[in-house]
Amino acid sequence: MALSKTARLDRGLLTRAALDAGRKLNPRCLLANPVILVTEGVAALATLSAAGQITAGEPAGFALQIAGWLWATVLFANFAESIAEGRGKAAADSLRASRVTTRAKVITDDQIIFTPAHELQPGMVVLVEAGDLIPADGEIVEGIASVNEAAITGESAPVIRESGGDRSAVTGGTTVVSDWLRVRVTAAAGSSFLDRMIALVEGAGRRKTPNELALAVLLAGLSLIFLIAVVTLLGLGRYSGVAIPLVVLGALFVTLIPTTIGGLLSAVGIAGMNRLLKFNVLALSGRAVEAAGDIDTLLLDKTGTITFGNRMASEVIPLRGIAADTALRAALMSSLGDETPEGRSIVSFAEGQGISAVRPDGAITIPFSAQTRLSGLEAGPTVWRKGAVDAVLKQLGITERDTPRDFAAAVDRIARSGGTPLAVSENDRLIGVIHLKDVIKPGVKERFQDLRRMGVRTVMITGDNSVTAAAIASEAGVDDFLAEATPEDKLRLMRAEQAKGRLVAMCGDGANDAPALAQADVGVAMQSGTQAAREAANLIDLDSDPTKLIEIVEVGKQMLITRGALTTFSIANDVAKYFAIVPALFVGALPALGALNVMQLASPQSAILSAVIFNALIIVALIPLALKGVRYRPVGAARLLSRNLLVYGLGGLVAPFIGIKLIDLLVSTLGII
Amino acid sequence: MDLRGWAEIALTLGLSVGVAWPLGLYMARIWAGETTWLTPVLNPVERGIYRVLGVRPEQSQGWKGYSFSVIAFSVAGFVLLYALLRLQGFLPLNPAGFGNLDPHLAFNVAVSFVTNTNWQSYGGETTMSLLSQMAGLAVQNFTSAAAGLAIAAAAARAFAGDREVGLGNFWVDLVRITLYVLLPLSIVVALALVATGVPQTLHAAVTVTGLEGAQQTLALGPVASQEAIKQIGTNGGGFFNANSAHPFENPNPLSNLIEAVSITALGFATFIAFGRMARARKEAASLVIVAFLLVAAAAVAIYGLENQTVPGLLKAGVEAGQNLEGKEYRFGTAASALWSALTTGASNGSVNAMHESFMPLSGGIQMFLIQLGEILPGGVGSGLYGMLVMALLAVFVAGLMVGRTPEYLGKKVEAAEIQYAMLAVLILPLAILGFSALAAVLPAALSSLLTDGPHGLSEILYAYSSAGGNNGSAFAGLTAATPWWDTTLGIAMLLGRFGYIVPVMAILGSLAAKPRLAPTAGTLPASGRLFSGLLLGVILVLGGLQFFPALALGPLAEHFQLLASLRP
Amino acid sequence: MRTYIRPALGSMVLFTLLLGLAYPLAITGIAQTLMPEKANGSLVRDRSGTAVGSALIGQNFNSPAYLHPRPSALAAAYDASTSGGSNLGPLSDTLASRIADGAATLRTELNLPADYPLPADAVTTSASGLDPDISPAYALLQVPRIAAARNLPVGKVDAALKAATRGPLLGFLGQTRVNVLKANLLLDSLSGEAQ
Repeated sequence: MALSKTARLDRGLLTRAALDAGRKLNPRCLLANPVILVTEGVAALATLSAAGQITAGEPAGFALQIAGWLWATVLFANFAESIAEGRGKAAADSLRASRVTTRAKVITDDQIIFTPAHELQPGMVVLVEAGDLIPADGEIVEGIASVNEAAITGESAPVIRESGGDRSAVTGGTTVVSDWLRVRVTAAAGSSFLDRMIALVEGAGRRKTPNELALAVLLAGLSLIFLIAVVTLLGLGRYSGVAIPLVVLGALFVTLIPTTIGGLLSAVGIAGMNRLLKFNVLALSGRAVEAAGDIDTLLLDKTGTITFGNRMASEVIPLRGIAADTALRAALMSSLGDETPEGRSIVSFAEGQGISAVRPDGAITIPFSAQTRLSGLEAGPTVWRKGAVDAVLKQLGITERDTPRDFAAAVDRIARSGGTPLAVSENDRLIGVIHLKDVIKPGVKERFQDLRRMGVRTVMITGDNSVTAAAIASEAGVDDFLAEATPEDKLRLMRAEQAKGRLVAMCGDGANDAPALAQADVGVAMQSGTQAAREAANLIDLDSDPTKLIEIVEVGKQMLITRGALTTFSIANDVAKYFAIVPALFVGALPALGALNVMQLASPQSAILSAVIFNALIIVALIPLALKGVRYRPVGAARLLSRNLLVYGLGGLVAPFIGIKLIDLLVSTLGII
Repeated sequence: MDLRGWAEIALTLGLSVGVAWPLGLYMARIWAGETTWLTPVLNPVERGIYRVLGVRPEQSQGWKGYSFSVIAFSVAGFVLLYALLRLQGFLPLNPAGFGNLDPHLAFNVAVSFVTNTNWQSYGGETTMSLLSQMAGLAVQNFTSAAAGLAIAAAAARAFAGDREVGLGNFWVDLVRITLYVLLPLSIVVALALVATGVPQTLHAAVTVTGLEGAQQTLALGPVASQEAIKQIGTNGGGFFNANSAHPFENPNPLSNLIEAVSITALGFATFIAFGRMARARKEAASLVIVAFLLVAAAAVAIYGLENQTVPGLLKAGVEAGQNLEGKEYRFGTAASALWSALTTGASNGSVNAMHESFMPLSGGIQMFLIQLGEILPGGVGSGLYGMLVMALLAVFVAGLMVGRTPEYLGKKVEAAEIQYAMLAVLILPLAILGFSALAAVLPAALSSLLTDGPHGLSEILYAYSSAGGNNGSAFAGLTAATPWWDTTLGIAMLLGRFGYIVPVMAILGSLAAKPRLAPTAGTLPASGRLFSGLLLGVILVLGGLQFFPALALGPLAEHFQLLASLRP
Repeated sequence: MRTYIRPALGSMVLFTLLLGLAYPLAITGIAQTLMPEKANGSLVRDRSGTAVGSALIGQNFNSPAYLHPRPSALAAAYDASTSGGSNLGPLSDTLASRIADGAATLRTELNLPADYPLPADAVTTSASGLDPDISPAYALLQVPRIAAARNLPVGKVDAALKAATRGPLLGFLGQTRVNVLKANLLLDSLSGEAQ
């Protein structure tokens, strides 16, 4: 299932969101959003006051319209949140569909008992055979099988799962395609990975992230300040001979408090999580996503992340007096029986150079062993061997003194460049050297450059010696590397970075990565990794692509930027609203204040109404931005800020002047007031 | 307006920052406990004081302990001063034989001086005995300033440290700042002022017979010693009713220059000391620049306004291009306009011209500078922590826009900080607008006004702005020595001082405990043009949003009325 | 709590002794020793050595023979036992009528036409009510009256006023101003010589 495909803005979604927005008028739903709750309160008061005017037989058109638009403000804010939630709900629905009730085969004392999946307890061992649905999350105790994990990852090609090692975790809801597995259950029913995923996607129990919390405090504080500013106008106004109607005071208050960001705040958060889902990353907490935006240092395993993970032949160097073709052919023949990735890479390299060979009939493969440290092929009288340089030399009886000088030079050059030299021989003759090297994944270098521009330092971690590590590090363009690293070294490095006040992210999949993942400020586990790793991490990459961290960082940043931008916009808007409402309130008693009516609004009433309408409509206008997020580009912080300040600060200052004026023109031309 | 006026403004402003630089670097050394050339003389005194106080100087206090100390110290100061004022009639050094102060006036004065406001509900030369002036008011001039500076030192430590619990020892900061900074500076400035003609005598008055045979009684006293600390410590409570407009407090342009520079010097120096101690020189320089730009812009605007047509003069056919009502001729409009900006920007509150007689918009600007939170550069110490609160808010909003959890000087700004910052920010509108709205409808309050209409509202707004901002200057037409005004202004002063200090200390405690993060390419730089512009914008918008409606009813309305009255 | 009370009260007592007594007394001692004239109020004496006022504090003059100061907002003009300004704003009607009255009186007294543009300092009160100075323009307007009252040539009066005039410090700090008391002392000494 590809989560991204399910979240489309269709008509059904909109209808559902609109209905939901109405349901959310229940004040209890708004408790988490004080700004909107207060707006609703003011709307209710305005309605009562309008009703009072009607019963008293006074004209109530103005009060009614204000009240109407105040209710609209609340509805629009609810609508924004509902749309954002709707997308997540749609995704959750399709996940739920894959959660079928199965019967598990529980193994007890050589006996298999069929048990409903929801009665499984952690610690039980179940048997899963080809065609079975894995009934619960667990760790493989025995067996190897190919598993279709499409239900979780959306990727239909089966993956290999086996006991021991780093691919031993299985997820409930996935299907065994071939062979069988014995699985020890690790998660009780209801708290399985799939259950948690559904809950996360749906946004159930979503807690405010730290920055969201801080922002909510700021907005509440601002609202209090405006409450003081507005309420005290009663006294100050009375001194000046102005009686301010309650409806107008309420309208002023609502236009001043940050309803724009208040209305869109939770939508931004939900939309951010949804964007992550689009990248097939599951955030176990919003905190982790935000923290991803703050990352200073990224620790990356070399293997599988920066390089393809296998050493590949990149060159075959013939000894002096030996034709290049001969050397290539010897290298090819020596690897024909070698099924390791390195061996296959030699074959494909030679073939790529135009050498082809078929395995001679009756040829015998010389297998690699830890003692000989070489492998080869024996066909009739000819024996081809390849292997570690000293092993091959020993096999051939060549002492150090006798080693041909150009051979030694080639070996030395390869080693210094970070590669691995393999010697090749044909019968008793030394033929040449194969250069095996780590191949950097394409595009990796550019991504590291992006990260650097974001202010993230990359550190490569490898078990290689420092010469090799340095060569790869410089080729890949990482900022630093840690060579000959043990898991303890990794943890130590992370703690050292954190002690310097840096926030550290890392990706990992192996069981020995768990401590480091737990220690990391942001730990991304691969879906293909071990259960231990998945438990320790706070983000799970369903695609098992370690470079995904870059997208995660971007989403984290985008979420913060969007909130900041909307806050700035919201506050900047208030300037224009003051210029609309303040002269309108006081011009009767102090005609000189007409000079503040810089927008030349038609009448005091139309000015106030226009400001209220603008305040409500701007929420709707900004919903797409809240859902999509402000674009993030990896440029320096200063450039990013100046651009956003220009757009949302200055824009927020200017836009309402234009908007309120236009609405006022419309309102006064139509004669609504 | 003329070139001389601009030159005077430029020189004074330039000197105020210029002097602050070395002063700030010196003060940072005092905060850090380093030795200076004064150490050989003062160290034994310092040690002696610690022994008497029972203070272990090496013991660092957490934010709560530090705050308790500040409050305990202020309470002790209040009690002593209140007692002194209530009993001055029975005490010596009272040559003019003034009586004891009323309870509400004594409360107001004691609060006023302990909170570094130095609002004067009284005329000094007609109310206070010499003992009250010297042992009461002048002492508080030192100690309230030292308390503010001590908190600034704690602020610097909070940012400088990496996961620290302690903010320093308040008693040590208090003693060191008093002995090494305030006292030597005061001695130098006091003697310089005597040289310009400011009296320093224990005689309360001298009576002379003038050329026309009339008797003239000249009020005198130990003016210079008090004038010096009054400016340096941003106190502003004058020896005389007319404050620094009185020729004995400020006899000529030279004394005016010395005093004007003294108003902001230590305030700016605090920023610089902070920058040095918190290892954030560039960032501190940005704060200086923002404060400087705002106060300079205000000075320029007020100077321009004071040279606009004055309706009363125009109608009488008098040269109407200079507003000289309430101004001393020796200073003219330039020095008066500049001083009014410096004293309101710096929470000083001394005046060399009567603010109530300034043009309406000038009065509005003066009020607004106070309402911005007294951070330009504000009271000594208090200006710095006020500005830091603004910087935290600016960094928070803007920091989000660069996609990182906001941090300032390497410290993450999170919910706790924002919560306390908003609490602190709330105090000023509550004190200013809350009390103003009450006073605006209460007959008991309104009877103290000199005028009605928008100008009367300006009197109210200015009074509570001054009290809440701990400034101390006034639209002095208001008769404030009544129970309502003395009491509510006193409460506003307490709110403005301690309602701000406590949340600020909580912020400092929280920040101190955080790791100091190293900046990266993704960190928003808290210096340079962009940040300064941002901070400027946040200060103006936040202040404007709080006070615009109130200002519209007062000074703005009067300003437009003035423009309308000039239209033919 | 006791850990706070002792240093709080102790430091207040110590500071009162140090800053409230020792500091002002020390400054007084130094000032009285080094600069006694200034420290005691810059008193100005007539030829007999009697103090007639302070060079820094304005004095009220009503006689046509003397240079007149600016109006004073004090209950008793130039009563230097108090100080203060009018605190009237530019839009105040009280101020407008006071200025109008003052200007009319002044024009009559100085024999000026009814629309003569008087200098502003002649009709505005200072902040302290004790302003010792007036503008050269206002002084100049008074020359004919003084000369007539004293029976002195205009040039001599003018010179006396010039002698009591100080320019801005360094050419730009403060205003060019005429010290009223000093000018009147000079005028008296001129008259003394003439007699």
